[in-house]
Amino acid sequence: MTRVESPPVRGGPAGGRVGDSPVRPDGTPKVQGRFAFSSDLHAEGMLWGRTLRSPHPHARIAAIDVGPALAIGGVSCVVTAADVPGAATYGLISADQPVFARDVVRYEGEPVAAVAAEHPDTARRALAAITVTYEPLPALTDPEAAPGADPIHPDGNVIRRIEIVHGDPAVTGDVVVEGSYEVGMQDQAFLGPESGLAVPDGEGGVDLWVATQWLHEDRDQVAACLGLAPEQVRLHLGGVGGAFGGREDVSMQVHACLLALAAGRPVKMSYLRDESFLGHVHRHPARMRYRHHATWEGDLVRVDAEVLLDGGAYASSSAAVVANAARFACGPYRVPHATVDAVCVRTNNPPCGAMRGFGAVQVCFAYESQMDRLAARLGIDPVELRLRNALGPGDMLPTGQTITGTAPVAECIRAAAAHPLPPPPGDGLLERPGGAGRTDDPGRTRRGVGFAVGYKNLLYSEGFDDTSEARVRLEAGVATVACAVAEVGQGFVTIATQVARTMLACDAVVLEPPDTVGVGSAGSSSASRQTWMSGGAVQRACGLVADQVRSALARRLDVAPESLSLTEDGRLVGPGVDVGVAEAAGDEVYEASAVHRHRPTTPLDGTGQGTPDVSFVFAAHRAVVDVDPDLGLVRVVQIATGQDVGRVLHPTQVMGQIEGGIAQGVGLAVMEEIVMDGGLVRNPSFTDYLVPTAADTPDVLATCIEQPEPDAPFGAKGVGEPPTISSTAAVAAAIRAATGVDVTRVPIRPWDLV
Amino acid sequence: MTRRHGTRVVDAVYELTVNGQPRQVSGAHAGDSLLHVLRDRLGLPGAKNACEQGECGSCSVLVDGVLVCACLELAEAAAGCEITTVEGLAPAGGEPGDAALAGDVLTDVQQAMVEAGGVQCGFCTPGFVVAVHDLLDRVPEPTTLEVREALAGNLCRCTGYGRILAAVDQVVAVRTGRPS
Repeated sequence: MTRVESPPVRGGPAGGRVGDSPVRPDGTPKVQGRFAFSSDLHAEGMLWGRTLRSPHPHARIAAIDVGPALAIGGVSCVVTAADVPGAATYGLISADQPVFARDVVRYEGEPVAAVAAEHPDTARRALAAITVTYEPLPALTDPEAAPGADPIHPDGNVIRRIEIVHGDPAVTGDVVVEGSYEVGMQDQAFLGPESGLAVPDGEGGVDLWVATQWLHEDRDQVAACLGLAPEQVRLHLGGVGGAFGGREDVSMQVHACLLALAAGRPVKMSYLRDESFLGHVHRHPARMRYRHHATWEGDLVRVDAEVLLDGGAYASSSAAVVANAARFACGPYRVPHATVDAVCVRTNNPPCGAMRGFGAVQVCFAYESQMDRLAARLGIDPVELRLRNALGPGDMLPTGQTITGTAPVAECIRAAAAHPLPPPPGDGLLERPGGAGRTDDPGRTRRGVGFAVGYKNLLYSEGFDDTSEARVRLEAGVATVACAVAEVGQGFVTIATQVARTMLACDAVVLEPPDTVGVGSAGSSSASRQTWMSGGAVQRACGLVADQVRSALARRLDVAPESLSLTEDGRLVGPGVDVGVAEAAGDEVYEASAVHRHRPTTPLDGTGQGTPDVSFVFAAHRAVVDVDPDLGLVRVVQIATGQDVGRVLHPTQVMGQIEGGIAQGVGLAVMEEIVMDGGLVRNPSFTDYLVPTAADTPDVLATCIEQPEPDAPFGAKGVGEPPTISSTAAVAAAIRAATGVDVTRVPIRPWDLV
Repeated sequence: MTRRHGTRVVDAVYELTVNGQPRQVSGAHAGDSLLHVLRDRLGLPGAKNACEQGECGSCSVLVDGVLVCACLELAEAAAGCEITTVEGLAPAGGEPGDAALAGDVLTDVQQAMVEAGGVQCGFCTPGFVVAVHDLLDRVPEPTTLEVREALAGNLCRCTGYGRILAAVDQVVAVRTGRPS
């Protein structure tokens, strides 16, 4: 049987406890080019798989002829909807997306067939030889028109509508400001393409090495489509080249397994970049209308918000994204009265789903734009207005939920505002808007400063039973941790080693390769949840191991186990005893498994009330920009931030999340947008979809606000999403301040400013 | 050499010099990129395949000492050139090809990338490592602005570049003996 190398990852050097900054255990192979990403995998005798996709946003399929493709030498097999033995459709929340389109295609890029061939070029030529007869249909591309249009899918054109009515809808304020805002479609643009290697086991089952965010969820969806029992489909984590939400949905997983089972040989699939743009979901474009009521003194009285998200052709995680947009629509402020009407619709645009910030990003741009309008109307400093209304512990949210954990909103705002401002732009044109283009007229450059605050939930919400499982084995001073977390770059591998070292006072930690075989689900690497959920699972399993060691030590010492206490740094301490758990374990082997669950949440009721969330996380951003007013070019000079982190477990990794998240927020503010034209993606490449480079990203000054969260393992909140939520709004505010142009749409394009 | 007969593509046979070693290439198609041949014919996956159109720098390698995107180079045209990939970068005092694959011996740039937190998902990392070596070989003490410009051909989606710039700064400090 073909074997794919996937060696255990060794822990870093001793001393890497919680709060330290040990190096990543996978850092060395990654800098050497030895780390096996899912697109690097190879098996003897493997074939290359490729996907045939619809060129139309909406069309009926009259006929498919795969014969000419099969006639090409080197082509092994072709599969279509007719070859799917199990469920014809799949999906994260509702299974509404076909494995292959059968009668109708609903977006450009929808898979229609897949081929496996000896060489990737042969597979490409085979795709070109497949004849699909399409009868184009009118494309529904305007989300405003979707609810009233003929359904383009049996499930209808409204994916989910949420209404929140909180307080007294008749109350009004002294001052009212209104605005309409838009957010364009952002792409996760992870660098590692969708890819994986499917290997048939010869007994009807299949092993799949793949880049994903949630192995067990993929396993269940793939097995259902293959018509196999879950244990016949074994998923193994291939190295993941970034994710940011874009790998929550199945992409090539089912296709590769179908091809491998049909061919009886290993099949590798790896998307090219243009295919990647069509092959995963994007951040929802949004249209939002807001009305804010306040007193003359600047106290928010009421917020009315209407949010429209374009979900594209299939549901993906839209139902959860729109729920986030609704719950966080009013911002991190005390809002006694609110009405929110949030709807996500189906169109013939590309499917949208999860991306870092998950519904909280879009509304943040709108409510923070409104806060600036209100500040201007009232003649109050924008920072003061935000401080005046900032949420705190014990405050009630528009869902009726009370914040029971930490909520250092004012602290975040003050920390962001306290950082030094950058010096004025220098004389070199390289450090001016336009950069290496040297187009700026230094005498006309304008600087602006803007501020924004954002928040969202941590972990899964609305009653979802969110779990993670870990197993820990302590043997000869080495802790071996099994947990099926998808390491996507966030650094859970480092956190896991720190937790084990801290709990067991051991030096060496080995992490088992994540798969669906050896351990239960760890849940998704999303919603800023793995440090809390899987960190918690590893902590619990280590705690059970430590208890076993304590009992054994007590027996050896002939004392009661209760006379030995376990310290926070993994030592067993009692009368005349002070020894690390690993040392006390000696040559005995101890092993334990544990499942971590967060406290239960509830669904929202008909007026959007309930206790849907576990915990909240906040951040404030101050952006400084220079703008060339003649060409509309923007240079983001500096972003200062204060971020609520609970507790810093790894200072270097926290900084990496903050800087990386800010870069994505800056991208959404000034350059990143999938440009749509009649349902067609016009810029599916890194030539035309611009991702910030080292020349585009600002200097970042960050302050972590450490207030340990009572429910969270080690008090730590997830840190991945907050940097992305309000950095976009802060840059937009800075551009308004620099130019006086009242921009209401991101990304802000040059022609919006001149 | 590769010859096309009608629509049939005949396998190419040629020799590349990669990381100081002669490597026979057989079974490749005419028009195969250097990136494809390195990754899928020669078993050197260090150069990565993020865009395959020269925009992201993930496949950065040196051809006769010049930094190029391997995805844009015709493999066969690189015959006779000295090709250096991330796998062949040597620590100071070493010879190309003798180091990285042997174990955990890292170059100063690789070491700094790990220590400073310049690695997250790591997909861009080999390309950055090659590009930083190239930059610092040409410009031993670049300004921050020069570093940003020089690395603007390498995309990173995880780090926002802050820890990568810190890694470069750490290398320059050690090499020049100044405090970082």
